[in-house]
Amino acid sequence: MAIFIDNDTRLVVQGITGRDGSFHTRQMMEYGTRVVAGVTPGKGGQRFEGPAGESVPIFDTMDEAVTETGANCSVIYVPPAFAADAILEAADAGVDLVVAITEGIPVLDMARAHAFARDRGVRVLGPNCPGVISPGKSKVGILPAQIVTEGPVGVVSRSGTLTYEAVFQLTHVGIGQTTCVGIGGDPLIGTNFVDCLAAFEADAETGAVVMIGEIGGTDEQEAAAYVQSHLTKPVVGFVAGQTAPPGRRMGHAGAIISGSAGTAEEKIRAFEENGIAVAKRPVDIVGLIQDALA
Amino acid sequence: MNIHEYQAKERFRAAGIPVPPGEVARTPDEAESIARGFGGTVVVKAQVHSGGRGKAGGVKLAKTPEEAREHAARILGMQIKGLTVERVLVTPAEDITSEAYVGVLVDRKSQAPTFMVSAEGGVDIEEVAATHPEAIRRLAVDPRYGLLPHQALWLANSLYDDPAVMKRAAKAIGQLYRAFVDSGASMAEINPLITTADGEVKAIDAKMSIDDNELFRRPEVAAMRDTSAEPPSETKAREASLSYVKLDGSVGCCVNGAGLAMATMDLVKFYGGEPANFLDIGGSSNPEKVVAALEIITSDPNVKVILFNIFGGITRCDDVANGIVEATRRIDIKVPIVIRLTGTNEEQALEILERAGFSAFTSMDEVVEKAVALSKA
Repeated sequence: MAIFIDNDTRLVVQGITGRDGSFHTRQMMEYGTRVVAGVTPGKGGQRFEGPAGESVPIFDTMDEAVTETGANCSVIYVPPAFAADAILEAADAGVDLVVAITEGIPVLDMARAHAFARDRGVRVLGPNCPGVISPGKSKVGILPAQIVTEGPVGVVSRSGTLTYEAVFQLTHVGIGQTTCVGIGGDPLIGTNFVDCLAAFEADAETGAVVMIGEIGGTDEQEAAAYVQSHLTKPVVGFVAGQTAPPGRRMGHAGAIISGSAGTAEEKIRAFEENGIAVAKRPVDIVGLIQDALA
Repeated sequence: MNIHEYQAKERFRAAGIPVPPGEVARTPDEAESIARGFGGTVVVKAQVHSGGRGKAGGVKLAKTPEEAREHAARILGMQIKGLTVERVLVTPAEDITSEAYVGVLVDRKSQAPTFMVSAEGGVDIEEVAATHPEAIRRLAVDPRYGLLPHQALWLANSLYDDPAVMKRAAKAIGQLYRAFVDSGASMAEINPLITTADGEVKAIDAKMSIDDNELFRRPEVAAMRDTSAEPPSETKAREASLSYVKLDGSVGCCVNGAGLAMATMDLVKFYGGEPANFLDIGGSSNPEKVVAALEIITSDPNVKVILFNIFGGITRCDDVANGIVEATRRIDIKVPIVIRLTGTNEEQALEILERAGFSAFTSMDEVVEKAVALSKA
């Protein structure tokens, strides 16, 4: 098993003909993701050539793509100005999961898109996220496939490369993953830590969870309380940004300490108070997970 | 992006909010002549991107144009929380009957623009929220409908008893929402919203932060950026599309990815060093970007060593290694560089770097320890 995506995921790529969209579509197809359609307005009727000679139909609209192919998941590589509308279009077309990779979407656009998706019961992952990978089954997004391997650990993180770092070190010592989820670095995200923890708890194959947080907001604190009250599986945590100054955006739009709220210290304390083993350095995640699985 | 009070007031005025007149002076002479033009008592207010201007002595009442000049002479050039005051706003003093707080920001928990209003204005709203939260009325706005008239009235109703004043305040609250949305703001605040003896409401202070992701479609708002309010290195970084924040330490950090960049800074501290900056070089291995990053880091005289930490996922380590070699060929760097690359094509990358005379590592901890040692040498 895995969470969010697996062998039954039928993916449509929004923005399939763009530079990033086409590159990552080929990467996903090479990994074995079932890419069933692409959407680029104005290019309907053309086909997208995959890496091994197979090809995927391109449609003008999400409505056609979903109706014609039975897609149940979409991934968005659309530029920021049009990305929120692409999310709305996907939710309207009836997919279950929308993975929004795009960075730089105006936050008020996302407030509208999240409200719309919530009303329709559609899960949005991101935006400004690397996506999700269930090793050996499916990959949706931009995560590098060569660093993962199948195994018992669920990974959830607000960051991209820091996640890769942690996952790479796990894989290096032979500890595989059920699913790795990047929830995104924006202030308003569709799927948060609690959503992922609940899914990992319900997933029979997941034996332990790595949760990688960072400064800004209170998502980690709420996740820590949730771990205490709802999780039977061990959780290992890491929080980035102990040296970040208040009031400054550290790359991610959501990584900012506002006033005195959202500091790394506060989040680490919440982790420790709720039974989460906290890694002091990224490299310590491996040892703590080995202890948790032992 | 933060904008100044006088700029936020321009946005508020354009939305119809009653805002007293005011003009900006860059010299004591200008302040004097603006005060003379208004006649009567004026307030001279420092224009910096920082709270606590009053406590720092940056806001002064002046009864005469000469006094306005004296205050301006003292305030201009003053340092408030590390920022130099380059402008003052001169505005007529108001007779204040009551002071309220009205603000709207994008709230992460409700995922919506959320209003906070309080009859206790003129003070720090975070303090009110901490000490007596019942004095604040909150409302999350459904961004698809916007702030509805009855909601604005419900907010104003918690501030004023007089129905005429309540209606004027409700109108101003609606206009604040308009200004917030039309400016692409992440926060807009009137503190205080005052009432006068004749029952008028007026915004006598204004604060607004703009969502950086809105700037591409709002050139008139983007033009309000005051580059004198940030270190030149941050201006240069923005122009090169690099995410950079200057800090006070001596280990210059150059990392791909924001989370890994923060974790690298933290690890520098863990091993007893101090990071000189946050810098996310992004997924690109483009030598131009590496050159810009190195120029920015080396322009900081505190930097004693430069630390690269690159995780090759989609980015190929050998591409980044070539970028670093090319960049260091083009600019003269006087401090040692230590590099860690791991992931895709790391062996080729390490070869490229060692051929060019760099010490290259594959472990994040080893390279950070090395960098910290060099920063103290």
